[in-house]
Amino acid sequence: MSELQSNWLDEAKALIGHEYGKVYAWDAVNQPMIRQWCEALGVDNPLYLDGETAQQRFGAHVAPPTMLQAWVLAGIKGLYPPGSATDNPYEVLQLIERHGYASVVAVNSEQEYFRYLKEGDRLSFTSMIESVSEEKTTGLGTGFFVTQLLSFYDQHDAKVGQMRFRLFKFRPASAKPAAEKPSRPMPGISDDNRFFWDGLKARKLLIQRCTACGTLRNPPGPACPACHSLLSDSIEASGRGRIYSYTVVHYPTLPGVPAANPVGLIELEEGVRLVAGLVGVAADAVRIGSEVSLEFLECANELTLPVFRPLGGAA
Amino acid sequence: MNTLSGKVAIVGLGATEFSKNSGRTEIRLATEAVLAALSDAGIEPGEVDGLCTYAVDNNPEREVFRQIGGKELKFFARTPEGGGAACAPFLHGMMAIASGVANVVVVYRAMNERSWYRFGAGMQGKAPDPFFETTNFGYYIPHGLVSPASWVAMSAQRYMHEYGATSEDFGRVAVAARDFAATNPAAFFYGKPITLEEHQASRWIAEPLHLLDCCQESDGAVAMVLVSREYAKKLKQTPVFLKAAAQGTYEDQQMMTSYYRKSISGLPEAGLVARQLWQMSGLTPKDIQTAVIYDHFTPFVLEQLEEYGFAGRGEAKYFVREGRHARGGDLPINTHGGQLGEAYIHGMNGVAEGVRQVRGSAVNQVAGVKNVLVTAGTGVPTSGLIVGLD
Repeated sequence: MSELQSNWLDEAKALIGHEYGKVYAWDAVNQPMIRQWCEALGVDNPLYLDGETAQQRFGAHVAPPTMLQAWVLAGIKGLYPPGSATDNPYEVLQLIERHGYASVVAVNSEQEYFRYLKEGDRLSFTSMIESVSEEKTTGLGTGFFVTQLLSFYDQHDAKVGQMRFRLFKFRPASAKPAAEKPSRPMPGISDDNRFFWDGLKARKLLIQRCTACGTLRNPPGPACPACHSLLSDSIEASGRGRIYSYTVVHYPTLPGVPAANPVGLIELEEGVRLVAGLVGVAADAVRIGSEVSLEFLECANELTLPVFRPLGGAA
Repeated sequence: MNTLSGKVAIVGLGATEFSKNSGRTEIRLATEAVLAALSDAGIEPGEVDGLCTYAVDNNPEREVFRQIGGKELKFFARTPEGGGAACAPFLHGMMAIASGVANVVVVYRAMNERSWYRFGAGMQGKAPDPFFETTNFGYYIPHGLVSPASWVAMSAQRYMHEYGATSEDFGRVAVAARDFAATNPAAFFYGKPITLEEHQASRWIAEPLHLLDCCQESDGAVAMVLVSREYAKKLKQTPVFLKAAAQGTYEDQQMMTSYYRKSISGLPEAGLVARQLWQMSGLTPKDIQTAVIYDHFTPFVLEQLEEYGFAGRGEAKYFVREGRHARGGDLPINTHGGQLGEAYIHGMNGVAEGVRQVRGSAVNQVAGVKNVLVTAGTGVPTSGLIVGLD
């Protein structure tokens, strides 16, 4: 952990234990909401629905305990009733986010119930940050586990339940490298040319060779046009060649491709040609005959393309 | 001279207007053009027993036949390769009629390639499946070579390098075409000529191609009717005889990316078509008074002039600098305005211009026309034909 990180993380940890609230419920516990909640979730327990079972045991309608948080949720406009506190219980998350951990995922939640809520109960709740972990790396990325403890009270300020809610505030694992790789259209790959694309992935430019007569060919194909053999292997190109021809593409513009895009027809020193992008050269400085040297452009989707850099000095 | 030469004639010509938005379906455009061609020929739709078009036309032969109230269709053939096939249906029609397979063959092309889709957008958003064409596009598309213009640009750059042709030379093709279009009321660019300066100032598409080196995208349809020499003589129109027609694909051919041949500064598939046309017709380039040279992209017009024998290898630049291809030249080409100026109906409007020049009814009529050469899309497997008077 860097010194810089330890500074703001201390600031975050200083918020542990601070209490936020209180925030009130819009509505008292009521039977119509209980019935709708049960219907939506497929709960058919007569204790919550027929009125008589609960009357006999508790002298009133009671709510399913797992509705605990439902009574104090903000409305669709995100507002709490007048009189509720307006402090910000999520300031710790915003602090972490400012330091590059923009993503969030809910990890788990544990509820505890101290009594059944009865029709007419009016709830309120407070919250506090219970813990902020050290920096952790998971499959999702790198960040911090934050645990929030919510406490629920009735109209007499008696605690009726509580909930621990745990979040992972993180920087996604793949976000940074993916943003650096240009997205290029995927080529069609078949049994005839898979070696070519696999070779590029391994940072090798492979040239197909007829194993019967030794003739090199590119692009790949199933048969040798010289001797008709269907057998072939490949050799690795040295990566040296010359620009045989070129174009600079301006239109259509494509995502991940330079606006003035120089593309060369490269004659490799082994004698075959291939089309590849040109790098490290201004669009108006490309010349036929220039010596070039192979590089690899790693693109998104595990695609690697050959590109060539002019070495200067046209033939 | 081949026995097929002069056995079949074009006796009917029909077309819709050319636009950027036809406002009606492609199948309707096809039907309108076919009916207009039959009416021009004075032949009842019920007599049609052959229909031909070529790839990238969305109108099935069976449905065009149904729309015109056809009865018995005995010959239908569709040639691959888009505009490269523009003259191939005429070869197939000749063979079908000369061999007695069919009596009345209608050739058609109908597209809303501007209003319904953008034909020039090329290969974008294609799923990476293992079909051959997709694997082949995979050597170009990830590098940003997605459009026909970019594929042609690579060859054109090498042609300039080897022979000293310039962007102005390409521009001279466009300026001459737009000059003819300016006096052709059917042309999209009617009344809108351009200067060489405007060509040079137009934006880059794929260097060395400027915008004005590239043909349009158009909505429209063209159709023509083919019958035997004997039947043609009984009909109302001056018969326009098919002196020759041919197709060609050459060694190591790809679809606009034949970059692996020893030389990429020529169009050997066009040379192959040329040799067949001269052989079949018994004619030579000197016997041609005007030509329709497929102008999807201007550099390939220069290369075709060389392949068909109107200029020596690498010397088409002199041909256009002298204005021999333009109005008043000794071989005016694309007198309808070409696909740069009239419309891009994938070469079918070029065959139509050949027919009009032979009939003597072209708006930019060339004097004393006996034979007209018409070519098809190049850089791809191609085709060509010669039409003329008896």
